[in-house]
Amino acid sequence: MSETSQVKPDYNYKVVRQFTIMTIVWGIVGMSVGVLIAAQLFAPALNFDIPWLTYSRLRPLHTNAVIFAFGGCALFATSYYIVQRTSQVRLFSDKLAAFTFWGWQAVIVAAAITLPLGLTSSKEYAELEWPIDILIALVWIAYIINFFGTLIIRKTSHIYVANWFLGGFMLTVAVLHIGNSMAIPVSFFKSYSIYAGAVDAMMQWWYGHNAVGFFLTAGFLGMMYYFVPKQAGRPVYSYRLSIIHFWALISLYIWAGPHHLHYTALPDWTQSLGMVMSIILFVPSWGGMINGIMTLSGAWHKLRTDPILRFLIVSLSFYGMSTFEGPMMAIKTVNALSHYTDWTIGHVHSGALGWVAMVSIGSVYHLIPILFGQPKMYSTKLINIHFWLATIGVVLYIVAMWMSGVLQGLMWRAVNADGTLTYSFVESLEASKPFYVVRFIGGVFVVAGMLIMAYNTYKTVFAPKNEPVSGDEALGVAK
Amino acid sequence: MDQGIIGSIFTVIVFVSFVGVVIWAFSSRNKDRFDEAANLVFDDDEDATNKKDRES
Repeated sequence: MSETSQVKPDYNYKVVRQFTIMTIVWGIVGMSVGVLIAAQLFAPALNFDIPWLTYSRLRPLHTNAVIFAFGGCALFATSYYIVQRTSQVRLFSDKLAAFTFWGWQAVIVAAAITLPLGLTSSKEYAELEWPIDILIALVWIAYIINFFGTLIIRKTSHIYVANWFLGGFMLTVAVLHIGNSMAIPVSFFKSYSIYAGAVDAMMQWWYGHNAVGFFLTAGFLGMMYYFVPKQAGRPVYSYRLSIIHFWALISLYIWAGPHHLHYTALPDWTQSLGMVMSIILFVPSWGGMINGIMTLSGAWHKLRTDPILRFLIVSLSFYGMSTFEGPMMAIKTVNALSHYTDWTIGHVHSGALGWVAMVSIGSVYHLIPILFGQPKMYSTKLINIHFWLATIGVVLYIVAMWMSGVLQGLMWRAVNADGTLTYSFVESLEASKPFYVVRFIGGVFVVAGMLIMAYNTYKTVFAPKNEPVSGDEALGVAK
Repeated sequence: MDQGIIGSIFTVIVFVSFVGVVIWAFSSRNKDRFDEAANLVFDDDEDATNKKDRES
């Protein structure tokens, strides 16, 4: 390409390094909180009768930490990296980059303090109170300016497809966050939503489902479109399909929110519309998944030797699984069984742990040696162990939740001949208990994998420069 | 114009736009541009580390 400059651009890797390290830190924190509240579900005494440690307060802390702290830092790190590398230019502004890093960490710390104190707006995935919401909006706008500013001053003629997904994710999340968080403050710690009743519910799930669709999908697809080709050493299977994938995905996702409100006070036609749009969404989702996996076509053998690539490809398999499951669960009659049960929790984690976390982990393993000037990670063997811990953990988790969820759905809907309920709620809770233990074990596997990742990262970052790191030999592992 | 008509018009516009995107993406005129774009990820191989990774 004629536009390619021969001089290596001086990329801003500092902010990428900061966000990459915090991805691992917040991943461990957020997932550990998840494991604690998973344990509370079968051993309630584990809240130690301390209000700050109750399930009701830690659950939003867990979701915020894994989505916005772990996932958010991963998105910041990779988007800043991708936009520089594919635009072949340094970030638009180092100051804005530093502001987004420290601002985002401040948001996370504020969340970690206020949520256990019980300060919440009670909107799911948007629990943070209004002063924090304003800080989020400021950081986000700085992020958008920096990202699009970098695209504007790019040295390449094309805007690579990953940047389309990342840009779409940023703009939509800004609209969603500001739209849903509109509230009237009554004190520094308390506000009331300007929306009421069914409108409030619809706004909430327009936000909520698009947090999944844009934050947890479009953003991470941007990651996928860069790191899968890069790690596989071959361009994406079909660039044309990726264009159609982008436009179809962003134009369909925005309509799927009502499937969270089946059989509620929401008008019936809105529910049906949400259901139909959710089913159609299956098509672009699988188009993208196939595009990612087929990138490996002709190079499948790399999966045998490269655990980083395995992380990325297995994440796509989980993406395919959960984007098949999602449209199915959006069908009203299926939803009548699945809604409010653990099936939903299983579905969310097959997406969040299987897709989002695994694609992030694969990308971070790809990034760390590059960012810290090492030829490769300290130990490939440990990446492999992490891969199996993560995979087994996720499978244990989602299978347990499927079984528990279907069991709950069936027990809740069972009626006697005289129309009375066959089972009390507590009976269904007792039936779920063994599955909660299995889910906890799955979570422990996942956190254990993250701890191994932290160790491997530590050894890579602090390894002596220009000397081949030999973690595998040091650990006494035969090749 | 009631809501139904507006909804119908919007649906048709979105559908036509989508068909337009498909035609644009798959027209042979744009093939070279897209092939070039697909290789953008490898265009800035500043570090030998990556190359090594790719060969292994």
